[in-house]
Amino acid sequence: MFKAKVFVSLKQSVLDPQGQVITNALHSQGYTSVVETRVSKYFEIMIDTNDKQKAEADLKSICDKVLANPNTESWKYELEGV
Amino acid sequence: MKKIRFNVITFPGSNCDHDSYWIPTVRGNEAEFVWHKDNSLKSPDVVFIPGGFSYGDYLRCGAIAKFSPIMQEVKRFADKGGLVIGVCNGFQILTESGLLPGALMMNKHLDFICKHQYLSVESINSPFTNLYQHKQILDIPIAHKEGNYYIDNDGLKSLQDNDQILFRYCDEKGNINADSNPNGAIDNIAGIVNINRNVLGMMPHPERASENVVNSQDGQTLFASIEKWIRERL
Repeated sequence: MFKAKVFVSLKQSVLDPQGQVITNALHSQGYTSVVETRVSKYFEIMIDTNDKQKAEADLKSICDKVLANPNTESWKYELEGV
Repeated sequence: MKKIRFNVITFPGSNCDHDSYWIPTVRGNEAEFVWHKDNSLKSPDVVFIPGGFSYGDYLRCGAIAKFSPIMQEVKRFADKGGLVIGVCNGFQILTESGLLPGALMMNKHLDFICKHQYLSVESINSPFTNLYQHKQILDIPIAHKEGNYYIDNDGLKSLQDNDQILFRYCDEKGNINADSNPNGAIDNIAGIVNINRNVLGMMPHPERASENVVNSQDGQTLFASIEKWIRERL
């Protein structure tokens, strides 16, 4: 069994208006050292296999086809055996 | 005369499906609802993917709907040249499905916008706009939070070079600029067609501007254009 932690974020080239609003709020609270906030989605996915290569192959396919929109988003993951 | 037949796809969470059914029928056409789990269409001349919140907008707007059994049939229908129109959530579903390029992102100012909006008709070279005038200014309502059309620079150039942008947001005088852009859409894009010009996606709702009882009737010409285009080919 593997546990995948998947992060899906807007590409750096894509405007993140939620992140901008959060940055403004942080500034208003005195956190003036914050220069940028990017909002991401986080998924935890349990994969029932002992084959790490298969788990990774499935995960990449899941990210490309389902979890992220390749037009606007990029993804990365961490995989750990459980 | 054979009646033109619309198929309106209903997903869980669609809420403009009855409007999208009603307008074609009051214009003398036939319409049928098609459920998202159906594996076949009902002999359509036009497929209408309505607005709403398919699958609760979970994951991303339109992201789950693209896996519906019926969407495979819609793709096949489009690949054969059939006319497909997606409005609002329908536009989002068409981009997620790969039938149209680009993506619909959250509005720049993060607000849900529900208002009348002016559009400029940017191309009349399509089955959907052939009875409008080039640069005609329309009043068509918008109602969305994720209508901020995005495409990368190469994609945008391709849309421009191939005359695929049918509608841009404008003001009442037809000015297309940041002030007349309600949601931050790149190049003020409100509606596009695919390269083969048979699939239209647009955020504004022509089906909400097509009867005399409402404030604007500017959507009627879109339906008339579709009817003319199909009749010429029957």
